[in-house]
Amino acid sequence: MMYVPERPPVEYKGLSLAIVRLATKWGPAGISLLLRFAWGVFFAAIVVLVTFVWAVRRFINPLLPWFIRDVVVVVGLLAFVCIVAIIGIWGERKVSGRIQSRLGPMRTGAWHGWAQSLADGLKFVQKEDLIPRDADQPLFRLAPYVALVPAFCAYLTIPFSLGWVFRESDVGLLFVLAMLAIEVLGVIMAGWASNSKWSLYGAMRAACQLVSYEIPMGLSLLAVVLSVGSLNLIELGRAQEGGWFSWLIFRNPFLFLAFFTYYIASLASCKRSPFDLPEGESELVAGFHTEYSGFRFVMFFFAEYVAMFAVSALATILFLGGWNSPVAGLCSPLWFVLKSAFLVWVQMWFRWTLPRIRIDQVMHACVKYLLPLSLLLFVGSSLWQLYDNRAHPAFEGFAGLLHYVLGGVGLLLLGLFFAGAGYGYYNRNRLVGSMVRKHLPGA
Amino acid sequence: MKEIEFQYQSDLHQEGEIPSDIRTEELTLNMGPQHPSTHGVLRVVLQTDGELVLQATPYVGYLHRCAEKIAEKVTYRQFTPYTDRLDYLAGMNNNLGFALAVEKLGGIEVPARAEYLRVIFAELNRIASHLVATGCYGLDMGAFTPFVYCFREREYVLDLFEAVCGARLTYSYITIGGVREDLPDGWIGRCREFLDYLGPKIAEYNNLLSYNHIFINRTGNVGVCPPDLALAYGLTGSCLRGSGVKWDLRKATPYCRYNEFDFDIPVGRGEKGTVGDCWDRYFVRIQEIGQSVRIIRQALDKLTEGPTQAKVPRAVKLPAGEIYYEVENPRGQLGFYLVSEGGTSPYRLKIRGPSFCNLSVLPVVARNCLLADVTALLGSLDIVMGEVDR
Amino acid sequence: MTPSEIIEVLKQHDGAGIVSAVADGLHPHVVVKMDRLPAIAALLQSDWRLRFDLLRCISAIDWPAKNSIELSYDVISTSFGHALAVKVLLDRANPQVESVSVVWPAAEWHEREAFDLMGVTFLHHPDLRRILLPEDWTDHPLRKDYPYPVAYKGLKLNP
Repeated sequence: MMYVPERPPVEYKGLSLAIVRLATKWGPAGISLLLRFAWGVFFAAIVVLVTFVWAVRRFINPLLPWFIRDVVVVVGLLAFVCIVAIIGIWGERKVSGRIQSRLGPMRTGAWHGWAQSLADGLKFVQKEDLIPRDADQPLFRLAPYVALVPAFCAYLTIPFSLGWVFRESDVGLLFVLAMLAIEVLGVIMAGWASNSKWSLYGAMRAACQLVSYEIPMGLSLLAVVLSVGSLNLIELGRAQEGGWFSWLIFRNPFLFLAFFTYYIASLASCKRSPFDLPEGESELVAGFHTEYSGFRFVMFFFAEYVAMFAVSALATILFLGGWNSPVAGLCSPLWFVLKSAFLVWVQMWFRWTLPRIRIDQVMHACVKYLLPLSLLLFVGSSLWQLYDNRAHPAFEGFAGLLHYVLGGVGLLLLGLFFAGAGYGYYNRNRLVGSMVRKHLPGA
Repeated sequence: MKEIEFQYQSDLHQEGEIPSDIRTEELTLNMGPQHPSTHGVLRVVLQTDGELVLQATPYVGYLHRCAEKIAEKVTYRQFTPYTDRLDYLAGMNNNLGFALAVEKLGGIEVPARAEYLRVIFAELNRIASHLVATGCYGLDMGAFTPFVYCFREREYVLDLFEAVCGARLTYSYITIGGVREDLPDGWIGRCREFLDYLGPKIAEYNNLLSYNHIFINRTGNVGVCPPDLALAYGLTGSCLRGSGVKWDLRKATPYCRYNEFDFDIPVGRGEKGTVGDCWDRYFVRIQEIGQSVRIIRQALDKLTEGPTQAKVPRAVKLPAGEIYYEVENPRGQLGFYLVSEGGTSPYRLKIRGPSFCNLSVLPVVARNCLLADVTALLGSLDIVMGEVDR
Repeated sequence: MTPSEIIEVLKQHDGAGIVSAVADGLHPHVVVKMDRLPAIAALLQSDWRLRFDLLRCISAIDWPAKNSIELSYDVISTSFGHALAVKVLLDRANPQVESVSVVWPAAEWHEREAFDLMGVTFLHHPDLRRILLPEDWTDHPLRKDYPYPVAYKGLKLNP
């Protein structure tokens, strides 16, 4: 008497049948062999690639190496982006666990569940591809790509260090902002095409929120651009080569505040808590991506972490010195990645601490507070630029003094952060309470 | 395969008509029986204009298990496990209400030790229930961390319950005539340790959630229920006290030796908005956790030696008569209207579920609020569908 | 006020409407005539000495032996702390009574439940329809002569 849907039996034909047969026959042995010689395969691939590039340069069309270089860099960027997403997801779960007084993933992979994201990815890939019958088929299928691809494209002009950029562009900053803005279309498409009122609510909220917060985001960044005089991200990084004191965040008080307005606006632009209303889990089930499952959902999920790292990368380059180390002279992509990762970690910290803001309060905050403030910062910073030069020695002295003050404030904030962390770590047994301590392993 | 056809008739046309001049592109939204924040199988049909909710109509009955009809067939002792499952988050309190109703009607005298144990367990279950309410409310508002913290504390309470009666949710521990088992060794020490541990945690929840600016913006001035409206719609418990009415059955009509204990009744004062808004109802619960800790400490000090059960025959037979007895549950006043014709089963048992009455105010208070506020409202009313539907 | 004092006040106001009263015992109550119920309810809620502002419960009991359905309205005063029950006996063949939801809006849902499970019709109720059972359910389960359903929409049910 119960309604039991009949599943059509799956039949492989032709090439798919051959692949399945091959995989089931040689698959298990093949995968274990590959894992055994994984490092060997990796190095062999690098050697082969380098040899290939040299051979092509030497013997074939002189332009081809550049093309190959482009392809290699794009593949490397893709790999980096995927690793960012994978480590981001794993990191989010560990960070959320630790904040919630639990451990996070511990089993998949021998060390702290590092392979959890890979396991999740494999799980999602083999799920049933479910598309609601009344959904708008082309838009539904297209939406995840429109969300993910621009987020990846933003990395094309982001320099990881001097010379470590796919294409150095004189309007690099504008390109990144434009790419991040296209993501909004993907979100709205997903909400509309799902043919579900709950998804539609998510899409409408996303539309208001993401588009509105682009403005304070852009204005805060423009304040920096006016200080340096270029939209070129390499130039912006080069302007901060003198150690931590030369970082643009300390240059004038308006830029100091612009960092915070940019950071908050970027939180809203990435749909991160406390601005995660479009995917408000408790209210709208899952918001705009309710009807997405399997790999399509993975694409939205990836897009979120990719965009998070992209906006943190922008903040790093424009405010925190980019690839330059705090000590003058050294520059390395490692510093860039570390600083961006720190900002991503702060985003996760906010998510697991703060409740969600209601949509009218979100718009209220943007239009009434963040927008006038960022306009003020923009005007203030440009006026500061006007007077902070040798033609106005008195003001230049004052500006220099304020530069030191801001540096001091920055050091103070850093000190407070480490003091708090140290206090928490030092008293980690006492703060948690007697009963929790008794139940910890090893107690 | 055969598909069962269910003709669903929308009876929205029977509701109050919406005036035609505001009929502009309304959306009928179904916050269905399955939803992350409806706290059980509750269906709320919302008529919305954008984000503004024009009308909210709750549909209940998805968890109706005919408890009252079953009560007419089973004996009094056999009905105790059914009371566990009414408000499944406050099993001890439900057991207490039913046991007290039966004992009053049957003239059964309960020994002192059993009464103090009853108070201890009822208050411990109140703590556990309020922890769930607080945690889930934070979760509804998007704060994921207080949820885990509250459930961690609740685990310790459930460990205490498991040590004494073997169950974590449906205890059937407080039975007719007393309590089922006596305390195991070391239980009192563990209970005191837990109470000492819980005190600073409440301060932690206040720092993390209650005084959080975003949380106050989400819940202050939202879903305001003035005291006269609350009384008119039969609200009881934290919802009524959150609206400013200082009414608690443990003080007004004390039962089970509650008059021997010294505790306060927290009342909503409109600190973060208006009196009777969601924040007030939520904060009354937080304060009640502290008051319950006080009561349990006093009860542990007063605990006497003696039997834990009165001499009640195995087949409980009550004289003919009737009684309406109410106790103060974490969610409100749970009432049992018991009519006995002198047999081993009730002739009629009507259960007054507090969440049933608390939920009836939803259509009135949810008018002209935003969609996100409906979630805030439902969380602050703190309903459990087991009680609403019985 | 003690139950006997409350009953005195009620008798002063509307002695004819009160059929009987029990002031002592576990469940002090007055039994009123069906047509006097709304007036007595309004009196209970508004009288300055009584002030019964909280309607606790409306219970419906089926007495096939007496051929009547009894409704018990339990009310309590949060201002004074006194409690009373008002009972009404209705004809079992056609149980009808005026709704008291104008006096206590809490009655809306209680009366819907009494209608749903016992079949009592409340006149002038703002929205009288089933609340706990599905909209298309037939019969009223809490009646003593309720025929247990054998099947629901093709699903065979265990008797």
